[in-house]
Amino acid sequence: MKKVFINGLCSVSAQKTFDNNFFLGSIIEYKDTVIPAVDPLYKEFILPAAARRMAKGIKMGVVASKIALANAKINTVDAIITGTGMGCVRDSEKFVSDIIDNNEEFLTPTAFIQSTHNTVGGQIALEITCQGYNFTYVHSSISFESALMDALLQLQNEEATNILVGGVDELGDHTVKIHSLIGHIKHNPVSTFGMVNSETEGAVFSEGANFFVLSNKAENNYAQLIDVQTYNVLEAENLPKIVTAFLNSNQYSLEEIDMVVLGNNGDVKYDGYYNILTRSLFSKTPQVYYKHLCGEFNTSSAFGFWLASKILKTQNVPSYVMLNDIYPKKMDTILLYNQYRGENHSFVLLKKC
Amino acid sequence: MNRLKPWQIILPATEPSNFLSQGVAITGMGIISAIGNNVAENYHALINQQKGISRVSKIETHHKHDIMVGEIAATNKQLEIQLGLETTHNYSRTALLGAIAAKQAVVDAQITNVSEYRTGLVSATSVGGMDMTEKYYYEYLENKALQKYIESHHAGDSTQKIAQQLGIEQSLVTTISTACSSGANAIMFGARLIKTGRLDRVVVGGTDCLSKFTINGFKTLMILSDSYNAPFDENRSGLNLGEAAAYLVLESDSIVNKENKKPLAYLTGYGNANDAYHQTASSEQGDGATLAMQKALSVARLNPSDINYINAHGTATANNDLSEGRAIIRVFGENPPAFSSTKPYTGHTLAAAGAIEAVYSILALQNNILFPNLNFVTQMKEFALTPQYNLKQKELTHVLSNSFGFGGNCSSLIFSKQG
Amino acid sequence: MSNLKEELKTKIIEQLNLEDITVGDIADDDSLFGDGLGLDSIDALELIVMLDKDYGIKLSDPKEGRKIFESIETMANYIASHRTK
Repeated sequence: MKKVFINGLCSVSAQKTFDNNFFLGSIIEYKDTVIPAVDPLYKEFILPAAARRMAKGIKMGVVASKIALANAKINTVDAIITGTGMGCVRDSEKFVSDIIDNNEEFLTPTAFIQSTHNTVGGQIALEITCQGYNFTYVHSSISFESALMDALLQLQNEEATNILVGGVDELGDHTVKIHSLIGHIKHNPVSTFGMVNSETEGAVFSEGANFFVLSNKAENNYAQLIDVQTYNVLEAENLPKIVTAFLNSNQYSLEEIDMVVLGNNGDVKYDGYYNILTRSLFSKTPQVYYKHLCGEFNTSSAFGFWLASKILKTQNVPSYVMLNDIYPKKMDTILLYNQYRGENHSFVLLKKC
Repeated sequence: MNRLKPWQIILPATEPSNFLSQGVAITGMGIISAIGNNVAENYHALINQQKGISRVSKIETHHKHDIMVGEIAATNKQLEIQLGLETTHNYSRTALLGAIAAKQAVVDAQITNVSEYRTGLVSATSVGGMDMTEKYYYEYLENKALQKYIESHHAGDSTQKIAQQLGIEQSLVTTISTACSSGANAIMFGARLIKTGRLDRVVVGGTDCLSKFTINGFKTLMILSDSYNAPFDENRSGLNLGEAAAYLVLESDSIVNKENKKPLAYLTGYGNANDAYHQTASSEQGDGATLAMQKALSVARLNPSDINYINAHGTATANNDLSEGRAIIRVFGENPPAFSSTKPYTGHTLAAAGAIEAVYSILALQNNILFPNLNFVTQMKEFALTPQYNLKQKELTHVLSNSFGFGGNCSSLIFSKQG
Repeated sequence: MSNLKEELKTKIIEQLNLEDITVGDIADDDSLFGDGLGLDSIDALELIVMLDKDYGIKLSDPKEGRKIFESIETMANYIASHRTK
């Protein structure tokens, strides 16, 4: 089996992360319940004729893809695998509301076309002229990890050499409104650094696109992807057992984990899953979190993947992502864990090259 | 942009290794569609040429007199009762249909203990919970009792529920949505999970219910027929939407050997490629479709002449049938194997299409029978292709099934009697 | 008639999101599709809806649009003789 490397990346997020010359040099502090992504200059990457019909999710995805490819110093890939929880949700909202408001008359196709979940993957293929394998995974908080697993298996078994993998989701007004109603979004604004200890229910919603070039050729790499595993449901008390088994199946011991990157989003109802690990197996391990910077969305864990890749490459961990005060002695191996509302758990293991 | 010329067919960069070219055993299947509530009923309708296309009855739409659909007879209430759900449930129709078909597949595979082996689920959907969202979109804001459906909107929700219905816990459960090729792609990823040893057993397939959203969406594209869809016919006038769900059980060789199972068939080839041509339309020469079929043949290590029957995507839109027909000629030559589209029976069931047509391809293999392309009268003027238009008994070894979707997404699967 | 042409240009720019184009950039006989304005089949469908909504003209076959949408000139002529509102 071939080894798999991360050779290029780009993050469009609520932070100014899209410029690979910087690594969270300065951060934007928010005090809100919903935070939007910082727009790159889309026009620098997408021709106006192509951009005019693109939803924000498509624009973010296309730009993140193009920067990730440039970062990996390649022009195209053998496959494009995208994860998205909701797709271009603004267009879905527009099309549904138009159906209702106009009693099914005078509807135009654009919003419907953009509502198709694979529209981002399809547009990236068009933009970079890639006729290869093109898949889109749409499974809540493991949408990105499913894409990652597909890519990992293809690269390990030499079905492809370079694969573009990413996660993308956008905010939509109506979706935000109804998710506030059911308490998935916090009722009261929290500050960036107050989020994780907010002791309230719900999360701070956001959006973003995080794309990566994965390859079985080690060039210009950030890190090696050892493995990824997902679970639809699991009992909280089984977590330590599952983590240990996941590490062991990859010939790693707990002691070899230099850092854990966790998906805490400050939802008092569900952060307990992380606490089980931080209070047991990883109580003496450096702990990192990131959703205070990028917010919660179905593919926000791809921001965690971006962060871990950057940490491994730069061998530097910004102080404001540390969850505890144990500074890492070395940064060779990182374990990522994420879940959303107690379901769709994922573990990812990364190693310094 | 460099377009592929007909003679420039790019094969995958590397030949599949022996390990990757092994077939994957299919040990069970389940289906619910406009032509039947299980595999036997579907087969009965196929061989008796009974189509399931009618006027829409369960959705109150402005377009009801302009369109024909492939609607499943059962109401949500009836499906709920069949599944034994509490009235507090928040299943969309997509989830209800999916759960019913997936449960049939597991029973058919004679699985009594789902936790005995590492068992996963890969499901496809494009509509997801949109049927409830479009019904209660504004009401959500006021009516608390309806808010339970907010969480069932996203595509992964139906899959989580199907996994729960099957008793799949603490395992790999995911969803694929690539428009009308979704179902085929779920089967393809499932095969990869078995071949790489990630799972021992995986339930794969797709589910989509009819919705105002898709009816109006396809209406804006002006590709809905007001009559019975007629694939590969010169006078075809567009597609009929349908609803369906179908699932297969894929199992590793070690389970098959250990339990002494007799597979229904094997999945031996698969390929996915992208047209990279247009957001919705297929390229005129069918580049993506050509590549997908080529890749599937390459994975199965078969020559085009080894294929005995093609279950075509054949949606009966002007664009698809022209593009697919040309791709078939590019891969198989001017005298391709017998081919037909079964969409005149079921309508185009979107994310379920690749899955229900996988069931039909396996039924064709098992019974050595070619299903007719109903409603065909006149050959298209662009090429000399005539689909199989009557029922025919024929010894079959390998069947290829096509599924193509928006975003240039093209997939082909090959089913074979032997692994 | 020239009012209608200006109106169509404004509507096309707005409806099809042609951000970098102004009314002055479109000549009456410029082709709207292909090498001209570069519109495609999805735009044609958008324009068919515009004919229906704003001028009460219903097209049932997208192929009919091809001739009508050749240029602002052909569009204006067609609308002028077929409009019901």
